[in-house]
Amino acid sequence: MAGAIARWFNERAPGLGVMYRKHLTEYYAPKNFNVMYYFGSLAMLVLVNQILTGIFLAMFYKPSALEVFPGTSEAFASVYYIMRDVDWGWLIRYMHTTGASMFFVVVYLHMFRGIMYGSYKRPRELVWILGMLIFLVLMAEAFMGYVLPWGNMSYWGAKVIISLFSAVPVVGETLTHWIMGDFNPGDATLNRFFSLHVVALPMVLLLLVVLHLAALHEVGSNNPDGVEIKKHKNERGIPLDGIPFHPYYTVKDLFGVGVFLLICAFVIFYAPGMGGWFLEHDNYMPANHLVTPAAIKPAWYFTPFYAILRMIPNKELGVLALLLSITLPFLLPWIDRGKVKSVRYRGVLYKWALGLFALSFICLGLLGGEVTHEAIPAIFGPNVDVTTVDNTFGRFWVAVYFGFYLFLWVYTYFGFEKTRPVPERVTTHD
Amino acid sequence: MTKRIHIFLALTLALLVGAVSVQASEGGAGLMSANINLRDQASLQRGAKLFFNYCSGCHSLHYMRYSRMARDLGLTRKEVMQNLNFTGARFQGHAIAAMPEADAEKWFGKAPPDLSLMVAQKGPDYVYSYLNSFYLDPTRPVGWNNTVFPNASMPNPLWELQGLQVAKLSTPDSKGKTEVIGLDLARPGSMTPAQFHAASNDLTAFLTYVSEPVAVERQSLGIWVLLYLAAFTLLAYMLKREYWKDVH
Amino acid sequence: MANEDVDHGRRRFLTYTTAAVGGVGVAAAAVPFIKSWEPSARARAAGAPTMADISKIESGQMVRYPWRGVPVFVVNRTQAQVATLKMKDVIDRLRDPDSNETSQQPAYAKNWHRSLKPQWLVMIGICTHLGCVPDYVPKIGPEPFDPDWKSGFFCPCHKSRYDIAGRVYQDVPAPLNMVIPPYHFVDDTHVQIGVNPPGEKS
Repeated sequence: MAGAIARWFNERAPGLGVMYRKHLTEYYAPKNFNVMYYFGSLAMLVLVNQILTGIFLAMFYKPSALEVFPGTSEAFASVYYIMRDVDWGWLIRYMHTTGASMFFVVVYLHMFRGIMYGSYKRPRELVWILGMLIFLVLMAEAFMGYVLPWGNMSYWGAKVIISLFSAVPVVGETLTHWIMGDFNPGDATLNRFFSLHVVALPMVLLLLVVLHLAALHEVGSNNPDGVEIKKHKNERGIPLDGIPFHPYYTVKDLFGVGVFLLICAFVIFYAPGMGGWFLEHDNYMPANHLVTPAAIKPAWYFTPFYAILRMIPNKELGVLALLLSITLPFLLPWIDRGKVKSVRYRGVLYKWALGLFALSFICLGLLGGEVTHEAIPAIFGPNVDVTTVDNTFGRFWVAVYFGFYLFLWVYTYFGFEKTRPVPERVTTHD
Repeated sequence: MTKRIHIFLALTLALLVGAVSVQASEGGAGLMSANINLRDQASLQRGAKLFFNYCSGCHSLHYMRYSRMARDLGLTRKEVMQNLNFTGARFQGHAIAAMPEADAEKWFGKAPPDLSLMVAQKGPDYVYSYLNSFYLDPTRPVGWNNTVFPNASMPNPLWELQGLQVAKLSTPDSKGKTEVIGLDLARPGSMTPAQFHAASNDLTAFLTYVSEPVAVERQSLGIWVLLYLAAFTLLAYMLKREYWKDVH
Repeated sequence: MANEDVDHGRRRFLTYTTAAVGGVGVAAAAVPFIKSWEPSARARAAGAPTMADISKIESGQMVRYPWRGVPVFVVNRTQAQVATLKMKDVIDRLRDPDSNETSQQPAYAKNWHRSLKPQWLVMIGICTHLGCVPDYVPKIGPEPFDPDWKSGFFCPCHKSRYDIAGRVYQDVPAPLNMVIPPYHFVDDTHVQIGVNPPGEKS
């Protein structure tokens, strides 16, 4: 039966079979993928979840900032209509909000994997750049989605982020008004963000994901040893260290999906707000242009970049640093001149630098999330000058974050790196 | 310099370890802790009764339908319509305050906030402490103040139950300023302090329910989803092991 | 890739079991999405019973009450109008004079006057052809659309005609009599639309 159907398609569209083989049964992936290699497929899974749940949320949500009763917009009310009146609406929304945060969890780990094992290096520069573009679009997508409930954090988040554009010389002010379609975030802003969030950006995202995968399958996957498996092929031209993606990695990823869904389900059913990290307390209050929330900070996944902005005591320079912190990773393939890909065989200093880089990202995240505002008095006593400690600490980690890129270039360009020999073939695998 | 490094290390470590716990106990300083059990329908029913008798005159629950509340709290339509619905609203309608919001804004300077999402926004401990922290303050326009939310423009709606509290002030500092360091019960109400704690806890429990009516259902369903996913993951693991026997 | 010592039975069993369990999971996950399309609590609230005060409806007059977003016609039929319901030349021209189509009215309204009391008609004012709202034409006498009009309802969209109990005439596009909703008399002056009389089923 299955064979007959396959034949029916094959006669009419032979290209489908070619694609199936090229990307699944005859796509040879290195057999030594470790746990860090689950996150690509998990990101795909989350993308599908966001699209499906998003389609359904869009059926009930109303992108209108007009008041339905004093102080409350139709958009805000429609979110709680979904949460209370629509059958199972609460589950669909929690799947979407949890998915949004988990998207960044897996994407950050996926990106870190790329840096750990040098996956951005030749010949995979294009894969890396397309991935970074995905990350950029994802940030825009997440920001606009965050605005949609039109809670007080949504409103002030929109206001602050859009105000970043006012740092653009000469046209800054005009530009912010153009983006908002008003002089403050308002109905026009909400409406256009909705359109971009549900139509334009998802289309761009999907296109980029297809290109990212196409570019990857052209050159083949990297691996934790950073060796090119295509160097050693058997008499039929199949890499000796390669295994067909299907069935081996489909079944392996299925297991990863199970573990991942367990974590997601736990969040959805037992901690959908994640203590204010996934759903912020102040966003349970409708947008109020007269009252700024006590802690004005972005969603957790933007906090590292936000901390960089906050630590620099000059608006233009702060915005520039923010931009730089997001664009520098694009240049990694050219900043890093080292010949060795995997951290396993790179110089000792590189390992330390990478560790510090990761730590700087986490610490900046905590600073941006204003966890320090409570942690500092708790550690140093109530009389400590929180701002000073916060700034010193923050600027140190800003320096570490940018220092990593500088170090990497100097370390590799001038040949200071003492690498270990890279094996010819992949080493351990399960 | 060494001291600085120590500060960095201490702070980094403390942050990494404490990030989650700090966030979890957010706003925890100085608040009393509420003891909420959303599965205790009797407590929620008592809380609902308090809410509709003492709060619903001014505060709305714009996202709460009487009918949903009846179902979730185990009340009959008749009980809700006779004992809780004082505005003549339909059974399927929302619990909107009797006082029009526009008037409220005129009288209080600010419309009393909708309480549908108050616990989601502030946390149960905050609401519970707030309810217990009113005191007489003749300097305020309404004659009341609150230690949890200083200068709130709201009188204590439960004063007949709690009694009247007055501020215990610190000795004036060099500039002659005093601080509220505690509250004393100047005149007892119809309830003992223990009874009032229980009553305000019930009210907080009710508002916690209102802020997410589906919470109990969500948690009950969650366990089945987790069990299913655990079984699926185990199967997927065995399948993976089976296939990967080929890989040498 | 040595496949010689593979236990194919075990492999096939695990594949099918995982696929089946996964399929059940996907199907279960689809349920909330499908169910989300059902009328929401808001829609159900709008569909809650409507109370109609009929004390102000004069003889021969019709009043519309909204119920579930559709107009419910309540007609205080005159003696003359009620009398038309039993006229042979009316009955002979109807498609379903005895209301045999059970889906169009509750059992307690399957009678010659299609109501609880002959004087009162309570009916969903939606034409069974394509859903227009018919006009109430109370006159007994010639009308442009029917020289032998005996009072009733006329749909302006595609000229369907109904008698004063909502029974459809022959030779018009509408196939069925108009629908009688569940309703009951709370007292002499109040009708609750959407709830059957005590002890009755739709």
